[in-house]
Amino acid sequence: MAAETDNKPEANVEQPTALTRRDAMLQLLRVGGAAAGVTAAGVWLSEQSFRPVPAKAEQARRDHRMANDPNLPHLVVVQNGEPRQLVQRALEDLGGIKRFIGRQDVVVIKPNIAWDRTPEQAANTNPEVVAEVVRQCWQAGAKRVIVTDCSCNEPRRCFQRSGIQAAARAEGAEVILPDPEQYREVEMGGVALKTWPVFIPFLEADKIINLPIAKHHGLTGVTLSMKNWYGILGGQRNRLHQQIHQSLADLASFMLPTVTLLDGYRILLRNGPTGGNLEDVAMKKTMVAGTDPVALDAYVAKAWWNLDPEHLPYLAMAAARGLGTVDYDKLPVKFSKLG
Amino acid sequence: MAGSRLPKLRRVSQIFFLIVFTALLVFTSLRPSPGGSGDIHLRAPVRLFFEWDPLVAIANALAGHALYRGLLWSLLILLPTMFLGRFFCGWICPMGTLQHFVGNMPSESKRGKQRIESNRYKRWQTLKYVVLIAGLVAAFFGSMAIGWLDPFSLLVRSVGLAILPAFNFAVRAVLTPLEHSHITAIKVTGETLHSILQATVLDFRQTHFAQGLVLGILFIVILAASLKTTRLWCRSICPLGALLGAASRFSILGLHKDLEKCNNCNRCLLNCQGGDDPIGTAPWHKAECLMCMNCVGACPDHSLTFKFFRNEKEVSSPNIGRRKAITGLAAGAAIVPLMRANTGLGKGRHDRLLRPPGSLDESDFLSRCIRCGECMKVCPNNSLHPTLDEAGLAGLWTPTLVPRIGYCEPSCVLCSEVCPTGAIWQISPREKGWVSGAATTQPVRLGTAFYDRGRCLPWAEATECIVCEEWCPVSPKAIYVEEAQVIDSAGITRTLKQPRIDPSRCVGCGACEFACPLQERPAVYVTSIGESRSPSAQILLNRK
Repeated sequence: MAAETDNKPEANVEQPTALTRRDAMLQLLRVGGAAAGVTAAGVWLSEQSFRPVPAKAEQARRDHRMANDPNLPHLVVVQNGEPRQLVQRALEDLGGIKRFIGRQDVVVIKPNIAWDRTPEQAANTNPEVVAEVVRQCWQAGAKRVIVTDCSCNEPRRCFQRSGIQAAARAEGAEVILPDPEQYREVEMGGVALKTWPVFIPFLEADKIINLPIAKHHGLTGVTLSMKNWYGILGGQRNRLHQQIHQSLADLASFMLPTVTLLDGYRILLRNGPTGGNLEDVAMKKTMVAGTDPVALDAYVAKAWWNLDPEHLPYLAMAAARGLGTVDYDKLPVKFSKLG
Repeated sequence: MAGSRLPKLRRVSQIFFLIVFTALLVFTSLRPSPGGSGDIHLRAPVRLFFEWDPLVAIANALAGHALYRGLLWSLLILLPTMFLGRFFCGWICPMGTLQHFVGNMPSESKRGKQRIESNRYKRWQTLKYVVLIAGLVAAFFGSMAIGWLDPFSLLVRSVGLAILPAFNFAVRAVLTPLEHSHITAIKVTGETLHSILQATVLDFRQTHFAQGLVLGILFIVILAASLKTTRLWCRSICPLGALLGAASRFSILGLHKDLEKCNNCNRCLLNCQGGDDPIGTAPWHKAECLMCMNCVGACPDHSLTFKFFRNEKEVSSPNIGRRKAITGLAAGAAIVPLMRANTGLGKGRHDRLLRPPGSLDESDFLSRCIRCGECMKVCPNNSLHPTLDEAGLAGLWTPTLVPRIGYCEPSCVLCSEVCPTGAIWQISPREKGWVSGAATTQPVRLGTAFYDRGRCLPWAEATECIVCEEWCPVSPKAIYVEEAQVIDSAGITRTLKQPRIDPSRCVGCGACEFACPLQERPAVYVTSIGESRSPSAQILLNRK
């Protein structure tokens, strides 16, 4: 203000007069009020100063298991069918989808959508398998059916080229791509895995259906149902290989699915888990499903890769934690052959 | 009174093309599409503006002795300009529109007389012709340095690599707290806004680009210059404007000044965009006029109109003079050897200069790449970044793959689809050859991976890992493992798998480097040796 009047002196400037007492008091009150406000804000803020700590992780094991029914098999193997038939028969043999999914359930389906590969290359779960499971969940009266995974390759490419996005949407599922803002820190309480960010849809589900695909893997020899739980994690998960068996057992005891349907329509025999070469793929036309993930993994490893449980120490670890049994032949297993 | 409606019409056209340009730029990204599992292509014609750009076309033709792909479309702009003048600059060019907009903002340094004076023709407006000549000569000698200044290159590079990522960041910074709110109404509002923005302007992921700040500030400075002098950049530097100005020499449409009616009120100068002297007291500078029609609308005496086949005194050719033309020629001839003198394209090449898949050999690449940043904008993994010194001075802001930030997706060829000049020649996923059953041809290789055994966990620290092997996308894998006995710090012998590279299979995608847990300096890294585009930079005598 002062500078402006200096620059432009005007002809008839009013003579300055002293402030009235009233104006002076008001001015003092204004300044005093502002000063008091600044002081109060400063004191309050200085009391708010804490060293930043990460948000408290929630402690919640996700146990979605159903009670075992003595009349029903724990493990079913369906052979020689097309993807949708395999799913239908496997669920039927396990007691029907209604045994697992109730009305108003929020169901999260976890296929393997890790790689930018087509269905023929067998690096991701078969899209028809996913679509059929979605359809059955709706039939059982689910409130929401969500299909999601935390991909390794670029998610947009993985979801599209796996064919799962289109197939699941066609059946009316919500297909959710991983979003870096949508993870929550969880205390997993494992031996190797302590606090990890988990993709929120997996935490908020009522029921979880695991839909892995059977593939060769360089480090463990084979990747089956438990390795599929890598895809619920965010963070720097490339460290998990350092204690892979411990990590797998930790993941399996954190996330206990309602039911597991392992896609063996096509399997990847070599150069897994990415593959890419059609010569690495075998048509197996099989589905192995069950409520005991340990038995399921042990069976598939032996039946298709001739790997004994000793080769896969995570199976014994998981069994020791009461997650299942490696002795699948002592369980009620049902084999069926279609076509 | 038809004349006075023209500025309004022009404004509509400018806004329309600005929206089209912005939309195409925003859609220069991989977006979820309803399609099945086939190859992924971009659906929007995102190269459109480059294909309309006669400067890119002529420089491309000078450098490559041919016109790449859609560049023939640039005739759509060039031919009408020869008949009608620089309507493109005033009616279409989004870079011009943005400066026009900023130039119209109230500004202390453009008041009254200053404003009128600043819009009179100035000698320095001829600088752009020198820039144009230098750029075209440089193109002829094999450097597309003109891309630093081409308006579309400048715009895509600045907006795509700096302004849009910053916008994205700001929007997310506002939305994320809303979405995590405990109050349902706020949460739902945030989520709804997010999904709407996600479907329109937001990118799927937050991108970051090397030198984003520099590119953004340069752009803002160019726009802000319009506050001082309207369209300073268009008038003095823009080589496309210069080219169109030169092309309009024999145009049949021009400004008719009815000198009897003119009373020299100067109103035509108030909003003149080109600085071409529409005033009655000076000759009209044809090559400078952007056909914005502001003078026609402003003249109170209706003494200004645009007419065909007039016969009036005017300055029709770019008023440049022999000395400046020679300066331009000399600068263009000198710039290429000068810029290359300090790098050398042979053994002096930077080891981490990884060009996108489909790129031509380095000298051909530099003679085509206009540094527009389209490839960097479209890359779904944010892998491509503008170089600083990796490609030498001549290659400033050309693309390089930074695997630590993002690797090259095995079946993605989007960068080669958007490249307007063929520096990255268009290839199909099949030609890329990284994922296929029986590849009949050699795959495109970007380089070769190597291990730093002093950092690699199984080699140096007796720890199991081989994430690199898991990620290796080729089949059979280029990373193979060997079981080895190692002794850990407790003296216990452990058996674990140590990774090695087979250079005959490695394509240099960088997935291993990206996936390595030693993030800040990965224990496996890709260097450019063995890249298929350089016959002179190979390791193996025979590569399978």
